[in-house]
Amino acid sequence: MDADMYADELIEQYEHPHNNGVIKDADGEMHEHNPLCGDEITMYFSLKGNQISDIKFSGSGCVISMSTASKLTDFVKGMPLDKLEKMGVKDIIDLIGIDPGPARLKCATLSLRALKEAAFVYEHRAIDEETKKL
Amino acid sequence: MAPDFDRLRDDFPILKIAVHGKPFVYLDSAATSQKPNKVIDAISEFYRAYNANINRGVYEISEKSTEAYIESKSKVARLINAKGMEEVVYVRNTTEAINLVSLSWGEKNIGRGDHILITEMEHHSNMVPWQILAKKKGAVLDYVALDADKTKLDIESLKSNLEKKPKIVSVTHVSNVLGTVNDVAYITKLAHENGAVVLVDGAQSAPHMKVDVKAIGCDFFAFSGHKMLAPTGIGTLYGKAELLDQMQPIFGGGDMIKTVEKQSATWNDLPWKFEAGTSNIEGGIAFGVAVDYLEGIGMENIDDHEKELTSYALEKLSSINDVAVFGPGRDEIGIKTGLISFAIKGVHPHDIASIFDSEGVAIRAGHHCAMPLVVTLAPEKAVSRMSFYLYNNMADIDRAVQAIERVRKIFKRK
Repeated sequence: MDADMYADELIEQYEHPHNNGVIKDADGEMHEHNPLCGDEITMYFSLKGNQISDIKFSGSGCVISMSTASKLTDFVKGMPLDKLEKMGVKDIIDLIGIDPGPARLKCATLSLRALKEAAFVYEHRAIDEETKKL
Repeated sequence: MAPDFDRLRDDFPILKIAVHGKPFVYLDSAATSQKPNKVIDAISEFYRAYNANINRGVYEISEKSTEAYIESKSKVARLINAKGMEEVVYVRNTTEAINLVSLSWGEKNIGRGDHILITEMEHHSNMVPWQILAKKKGAVLDYVALDADKTKLDIESLKSNLEKKPKIVSVTHVSNVLGTVNDVAYITKLAHENGAVVLVDGAQSAPHMKVDVKAIGCDFFAFSGHKMLAPTGIGTLYGKAELLDQMQPIFGGGDMIKTVEKQSATWNDLPWKFEAGTSNIEGGIAFGVAVDYLEGIGMENIDDHEKELTSYALEKLSSINDVAVFGPGRDEIGIKTGLISFAIKGVHPHDIASIFDSEGVAIRAGHHCAMPLVVTLAPEKAVSRMSFYLYNNMADIDRAVQAIERVRKIFKRK
C-alpha cells in the first residue's frame, strides 16, 4: 500500500473524530468487529420520520476504519434509511477519496456494514447479501 | 567458524525483488520463512525427473521418490535427535500435529473431569484443539498464567496447576508474540513427576535453535516445515514410539494399513499408521533439503545470528519515543528468539504495518493467533511484530527503524 493514503485530513479525522460517542435510547444500534485486526465499532442512529436525525459511533481501530466512520457519520446525517441501505463499497471509496486496496478494504467498510445492519434490524428486515459482503 | 550470513542472502531469490519501488525487506519469518534456491529447485526437480507415488511402485523412479521421502524423515529425526524415522509422522503443519494428538491420544485418554493444562502464551493452534476436546469430553482446560510483567510463564502457577494432576501438559517452546523461550525441559520434568504426558509446540523453536527432544524429554513435539525453509503443507509430529504405538490412527485409507478385510483392517508400522493416502511427497523431500541447508549453517550459528539482530533491534527501538516492546528485553536475550512485538503509542498496528509496507518492509500486525494474550498487551488488542531469520541483517533492521520514523512523521509525533 502507498503511504500517500495517510493524507493529513484522514489523520486529523482519526485523532479528532466527528460524531464520536454514544446515543442513549437510539432507534438503531449495531456492533461490528473485524476479527483479523481487532477493529471494533458500534454505530447508533436516531430517526425523525424516516430520516437520520442524529448519529454517533464508538469503537477502536486503525486510521482507515475510524476516519471512514467519522466521515460516514457526517455524510449520512439527514439521509433517509432507504438511501442508506443502497450504499456500497464505491460510495465509501468516493467518500474517503482513496481506494485502500484489498488488504484494507474491510477496515473502510466496517462502519457502513454496522450502520446498514442497524437500519435493517430497525426495519425488521433481513440483512441483504450486499451488506453481509461488506 | 561462523558462516558468512550476508553471502547466504544470495541463496534466497525473493530478497532481490522490489516492493513499492524499494528493495524488499522481509521481517515476517515467524509467519512463514522464505525459501532458498536449493529447496525451490528440489520441488521442481522432483516433478521434472522422478515424480512417482511412494511405497508401492517397483519401477525405478518410484523407488527413487520413496527413498528420497524416507531419507527426509531420517534427516528430520536426526535434526531433533529422535530415535529414528519411525518417530517422525509427517503432517501438514504444527496445527495438524497438535490436532492429531488431541484427536487420537486425547480421545483415548481424556475423560469427564480430567484436567488439560496449557498456558496463556499459546498460539490458537495449541488452544482450540484442547477446547474442542475438553468440551467433547467434559474435561477442564486450565491455563498457566504469565508473570506480572507478561514476559515469562509464572512457575508458581505451573506448579499449582500441576497439583490438579492434568493428564496432558501442552506448552509452546517459544511464544510467537513475546519471543520468550520456555524452559520446556524443566516443565516436562515437573509435568512427568505429576504423571502428565507432555506436548511441546515447537513451531517457533525448531527453525531457530538446536532442538533435542531426548534432552527435553517431552512425549510429543510439533513443528512446521514452512517456517524453516521448507514449503507449506509439510510438518512433523514427533512422538515417542511407545506412545505412538498405543494410539489409534485418525484417518483411514491407503498406506496406513497392513491388511484389509471386508470388516476390519490392521495398521501399518510407525510412522505410516498416521499417514493415510498419498503424502505431500515433494514437500517431504524438500523438507529434507531444507534440513540439510540449516544443518550446513548450524542451528547454534543461526541462534547466535538472530540473537545479535534482536539485541541490535531492541537497542534501536529503545531509543525511539512512543515505542513499547513486549516480551523479554536485552537483559534477557538468552531466553528470547528473533522476534519483537511492539507498539507505537496512539497508532493502530494495521496502520503501522501498512506504512512499513509502503517502505518495502513486510511485518505482521494483529492478534497473531494468540488473542487471549494479545488483548492484554495493548489497548488496540493487536500488536505489530517484526521477526528475523538467518537471511536478515542489521541493514534490514535499519530499514525497519526508518519505517517507524515514517510512521511517527505521518502521525506528527515529536
